[in-house]
Amino acid sequence: MALVNSKLATALLAGTLILGASNAFAETVLRRGNSGEPKSLDYAHISINIEGFVIYDLFEGLVIHNAKGEIAPGAAESWKVSDDGTVYTFKIRDNAKWSDGSPVTAEDFQFAMRRIENPKTAAEYANLLYPIKNAEAVNKGKSPVEDLGVKVIDAKTLEITLERATPYFIQLLSHYTALPISKANYEKFGDQFVKPGNMVSNGAFKLQSHVPNDTLTVVKNENYWDASNVKIDKVIFYPIEDAAAAVRRFEAKELDVTYNFSADQIKRLRAAYNNQVHVTPSLSTYYYAFDMRQPPYDDIRVRRALSMAIDRDFLSNEIYKGAQLPTYSLVPDGMEGYGKPPQPDFASMSQIDREDKAVELLKEAGYGKGGKPLNIEIRYNTNTNHERVATAVANMWKTALGANVSLVNLDVASHYSYLKEGGKFNVARAGWAADYADPENFLALNVSTNKTFNYPHYNNPKYDELIKKSYEERDVAKRMELMRQAETMLVADQPLAPLMATADLWLVSDKVQGWVDNSTNNHLSKFLSVSK
Amino acid sequence: MINFVLRRLASAVPTVFLVITISFFLMRFAPGGPFDLERPLPPETMENIMKTYQLDQPLWKQYIHYLANAVQGDFGPSFIYKDNTVAQLIAQALPYSVQIGATALSIALIGGVILGTTAALRQNGIIDIALMSVSTVGITVPTFVMGPVLTLIFALMLGWLPAGGWGDGSIRQLALPITVLALPQIAIIARLTRGSMIEALHTDHIRTAKAYGLPSRVVVITHALRGAMLPVVSYLAPAAAALLTGSAVVESIFTIPGIGRFFVLGALNRDYPLVMATVVIVAVFVIVFNLLVDIAYGLLDPRVRHD
Repeated sequence: MALVNSKLATALLAGTLILGASNAFAETVLRRGNSGEPKSLDYAHISINIEGFVIYDLFEGLVIHNAKGEIAPGAAESWKVSDDGTVYTFKIRDNAKWSDGSPVTAEDFQFAMRRIENPKTAAEYANLLYPIKNAEAVNKGKSPVEDLGVKVIDAKTLEITLERATPYFIQLLSHYTALPISKANYEKFGDQFVKPGNMVSNGAFKLQSHVPNDTLTVVKNENYWDASNVKIDKVIFYPIEDAAAAVRRFEAKELDVTYNFSADQIKRLRAAYNNQVHVTPSLSTYYYAFDMRQPPYDDIRVRRALSMAIDRDFLSNEIYKGAQLPTYSLVPDGMEGYGKPPQPDFASMSQIDREDKAVELLKEAGYGKGGKPLNIEIRYNTNTNHERVATAVANMWKTALGANVSLVNLDVASHYSYLKEGGKFNVARAGWAADYADPENFLALNVSTNKTFNYPHYNNPKYDELIKKSYEERDVAKRMELMRQAETMLVADQPLAPLMATADLWLVSDKVQGWVDNSTNNHLSKFLSVSK
Repeated sequence: MINFVLRRLASAVPTVFLVITISFFLMRFAPGGPFDLERPLPPETMENIMKTYQLDQPLWKQYIHYLANAVQGDFGPSFIYKDNTVAQLIAQALPYSVQIGATALSIALIGGVILGTTAALRQNGIIDIALMSVSTVGITVPTFVMGPVLTLIFALMLGWLPAGGWGDGSIRQLALPITVLALPQIAIIARLTRGSMIEALHTDHIRTAKAYGLPSRVVVITHALRGAMLPVVSYLAPAAAALLTGSAVVESIFTIPGIGRFFVLGALNRDYPLVMATVVIVAVFVIVFNLLVDIAYGLLDPRVRHD
């Protein structure tokens, strides 16, 4: 059983020689640890950020996120918005080209968006583009794809019409659902257009090879309009699921950048690698939902008491070692134009005062010492950190409020399918990460008509009304104010207890330049460089 | 002999069929589905997806459909790794697992037999006690501890070996995962060999061979070892099936792109076709290796005849 047969050995020898030769040209390589295997390279079928890291290096939408995570022109050099906010006209760069040298056209964008909304594609994020006229009808099979409000004016001009003014629409276009596909190439390869050798891309890089669970290699796209500013020749993505393994490979200098490491490593890594450890608050929230359909969770006093008794600083510092930050609002900090999110009254109190107040509230509601016993079951998806949080919260509720707490955990698929199908529960863990940087993305979760994501079954007509108004409001500041009023209501009612703002954890080698921490967690390789 | 092999292969068909049937329904009774993500999908999207993957059909129809395709070698698309069919994924990953698994198995077999025989020949001597103590450690330390510890020593502290990855597939690149896979097997095989060797050395025919004045090397290697190998050979069937179909733990510690992780990822993500295919592969490996073991028995032990 020879491990390396002679053919392989010859190939390896040849490989070494080629490698030796190419060293003379000093190729710049960035080795990125990516914490999992992309489920697909077809952006109709991806849903998590590690897939985004690969896709955004390969493809460029009308707008992109710059190094700081802010919206910037991408394949479009400029755009105009009609006075009523419903018609967007994009001017695509004259020198925007696909990696095969053909021009990027308005038709490529139209084709890709029609494909996303086509029910046959079964795109997981099709609903993100529902603000586009007729998108929802097309996606539900009620209208033909030709009815989609995306029109080709000429080869380099694209017009998108919306159902109604959508203030965050440009944010949506930075998402991978709005990326173009080379129509000519798709007609040649169909859904196999994502394979190495078939793929034609318009981003700073093009796909070279892909061995699932081993490596995904992209190389500089010489036809990219901004190729002269791209400093890296090759990016190798390593899909390393095991966080500890990724850290070891970073420490062995086999990776230049790696995403996601275990929070309990922060202290050690900070001591050893100092400023190579990056902890950036992200636009995502970790929370506990209360099932408001049943007592005692239909009682605001009970919900408030339970929320108050949770010592968020403890969870953040002791369990996550500062890798998640305490929070009291559903909308995370750092949303442009929203300011500091509204806080509940108890946020400014000390933990001891909160606990006293909580006991008082529970007593009023008839629970706790001398009242009815409080039996609570916390449901969470199986994960070491979630388990530690649930155990800590159980202990807090037990000691501060005398509650009997039990824990139930299911794997992630079962956990969410249970919540989504309306299964009854007491308290359930959930999380939400922004699809686009707008408070609406979080606040829309708990409108009463949201059958899927409104886990607490919050039903507040005033809240619904405010959110509805915010959709109609054209003035940015007024719109933000309406959403702030809605969230003020939400934090007062506590249908859910926001616990922590999650953070993105990166290890970035000193050799990498151009890295800017940002809350949208966008780090295109085209903004980076690697020193020898 | 040929008759025996054919009969065994024929009886394997219903076994595989049973394995497929049981796994198919067990999978479907697990709560949640392949598209229940941390972020649930809107109902209309879900509907589109269910239609695309024919998950909206009644279960018995899906089952018939699956069987009909599987017979033709079509294991369907992967629900999770959507750019690939299950067959493509497995064809890509299996060779990696087989390469490191087979190497580890060969090392374990040779190393284990040599160590076990050495220990048996010096029963209760210092070498015997030392070898058996070390092998206890080999068996009891789990791979998820052994892997990171060896990486810390040889990759991070000494810098001699890479911390992970398939890289160029060289011996140096794969030394650590192969060692971690082989260590417990060496220990088990050494203990098995030692036990049966001690027994074999006390049998009448060995005593006779010694009495004839044969050199002890000949006695041990050509006579005693032959009989002593029987328990080792029967252990090899499940061990080989397990090693060649990849270890989820070792592959994930050393980021090897093998098939082992598909069991775990497939099951957790409810990627029905992927799980089914891996189950079938393991079943086939187990059946084939059991058959090989039975054949080897016939060759090693003249009392066993397959006709």
